[in-house]
Amino acid sequence: MITLTNIHKTYPARGGGAQVRALADIDLSIGRGEIFGIIGRSGAGKSTLLRTINLLETPSSGSVQVDGVEMTALSAAELRRARHSIGMIFQHFNLLSSRTVFDNVALPLELAGTPKAEIRTIVEPLLDLVGLADKRDRYPAELSGGQKQRVGIARALASKPKVLLSDEATSALDPETTTQILHLLADINRRLGLTIVLITHEIAVIKEICHKVAVMEDGLVIEQGPVFDIFAHPKHPTTRSFVDPVINRGIPDSLRDRLSPQPGPGSNPVLRITFTGEKATTPVISAISRRLGLDLNIWHGQIDEIQGAPFGTLVVEALGDDATVGAAVDLVKENNLGVEVLGHALPANH
Amino acid sequence: MLSPQIIDLLIKGLVDTLHMVVVSGAIGTLIGLPVGVALAVTGRGELLPNFAFNKVMGAVVNMTRSTPFIILVVAIIPFTRLIAGTSIGTTAAIVPLTVAAAPFIARVVENAVREVDRGLVEAAQAMGATPFQIIRKVLLPEALPGIVAGLTLSAVSLIGFSAMVGAVGGGGLGDLGIRYGYQRFLPDVMLAVVVVLIVLVQIVQSTGDWIARRVNKRNLKS
Ligand SMILES: Nc1ncnc2c1ncn2[C@@H]1O[C@H](COP(=O)(O)OP(=O)(O)OP(=O)(O)O)[C@@H](O)[C@H]1O
Ligand SMILES: [Mg+2]
Repeated sequence: MITLTNIHKTYPARGGGAQVRALADIDLSIGRGEIFGIIGRSGAGKSTLLRTINLLETPSSGSVQVDGVEMTALSAAELRRARHSIGMIFQHFNLLSSRTVFDNVALPLELAGTPKAEIRTIVEPLLDLVGLADKRDRYPAELSGGQKQRVGIARALASKPKVLLSDEATSALDPETTTQILHLLADINRRLGLTIVLITHEIAVIKEICHKVAVMEDGLVIEQGPVFDIFAHPKHPTTRSFVDPVINRGIPDSLRDRLSPQPGPGSNPVLRITFTGEKATTPVISAISRRLGLDLNIWHGQIDEIQGAPFGTLVVEALGDDATVGAAVDLVKENNLGVEVLGHALPANH
Repeated sequence: MLSPQIIDLLIKGLVDTLHMVVVSGAIGTLIGLPVGVALAVTGRGELLPNFAFNKVMGAVVNMTRSTPFIILVVAIIPFTRLIAGTSIGTTAAIVPLTVAAAPFIARVVENAVREVDRGLVEAAQAMGATPFQIIRKVLLPEALPGIVAGLTLSAVSLIGFSAMVGAVGGGGLGDLGIRYGYQRFLPDVMLAVVVVLIVLVQIVQSTGDWIARRVNKRNLKS
């Protein structure tokens, strides 16, 4: 649905400052009907990237294809027409304070020259969809943040777009309202088959509704893939720092103190076993102790849910010699589970 | 008490003043509104950036704005004659008043339009709006409370200016105050003129405030 190829964006130097490299070497491919999340810290280039999709930001070089159309090759008039099929929602809603809820949602249709009678038949069902039918004649100033964002969503959907771009749409909302808005987006994605690209700095948003995710830093996409894979096996340290707080892959502080990177006298290896998908129920632990006679001292265990699939981590201390532990690692791998040696546990009284 | 004759003069003065203020205000708005919008949207990083236009137009506006009004009246006498056929009287006074009002209004409109949140323009652009649609459907309606407040300010200033053209034979309340109150030394006429002017300004200001509040949907408290 959306293909970005080799996108670069540099803002020219201004007032003696150096030029700003906002985006570099961006390659992204977003499938039809996907909810694609882009996460990164402030200044990473998320907004700039999102805005290149509807060409609010012209890339310095590279290709932007939306639904098979090369956006960078369009004339101004063609671009305006193309934008009718790309909806956008914003962190600060950007509703017209001078227009009622109904008239705000009607705006994109008015701009496209849709007849008045037809506008009504489009706007009213949309207000129902976002649950604001009773607020139709209210002004934005009379709405809560969550309600304003619902208006923003209805407005973005009015021109029946194929793509919805969301720039931090929940960042100004409290956690509960955030969840409601995210569920609304997920619902719209399912019902209308809409492709959604959303940027956020909150990993919880990604975890909640995204299918795929790209992690940005310093204008680069440092990691991308299915949300489940990125959460289960984050590779880049930045990705790890995003994922760790919501997926408890770590170990309690009290045990961390006993962990050393090198084996010491009387130490035992500490393993982290990750269970993913339906394999979470595989009784591998008991298989290890039965078949290898290896005792596992369980330090920490946790099961999370990412995108509806269970994801578990188990941190264990293996009380056995190197050969037996090696065999145990192989056995875990044979069961297609993830395993890594975290370090070596020194005796408690060390 | 004021004699009926003086009361007649007061009424005529008021009518002349209103005539000058309304006509010059209306023409000034007709010119100032589009110029103000043009100044706002051609600025750097705005909707239709145009450095040359913005600088030239800005300079023209500043030129008239920085000339003291009384100098302006005298300086443009040939122009006034050309337009009005004469350089004295109420109709002639409308010319310098309009020349002063238009750039003033242009600046207040420009400010009001600039106040509109950039995010709204961006949202409209994302919807595929043309620049003209953005001006008509976003910038003007959103700037309306500011524009109304600015026009009120302009009307009040025009009342003051119109009293000043009285000094150069422009007619109206200012003329009355100077000729009767000052030159013939009739303090009660002077006082009456001042009171009428104060009341007039009050009415204009209150009406303007009321309209501005009516069109402002940004903070609905009622
Ligand atoms: N118009 C501009 N001119 C110059 N530099 C800009 C401009 N817009 C953005 N930048 C720079 O580009 C970089 C990326 O900005 P961007 O707004 O895309 O970040 P972001 O990831 O969206 O951050 P945030 O989470 O704070 O919104 C920043 O360093 C920013 O200063
Ligand atoms: Mg941003």
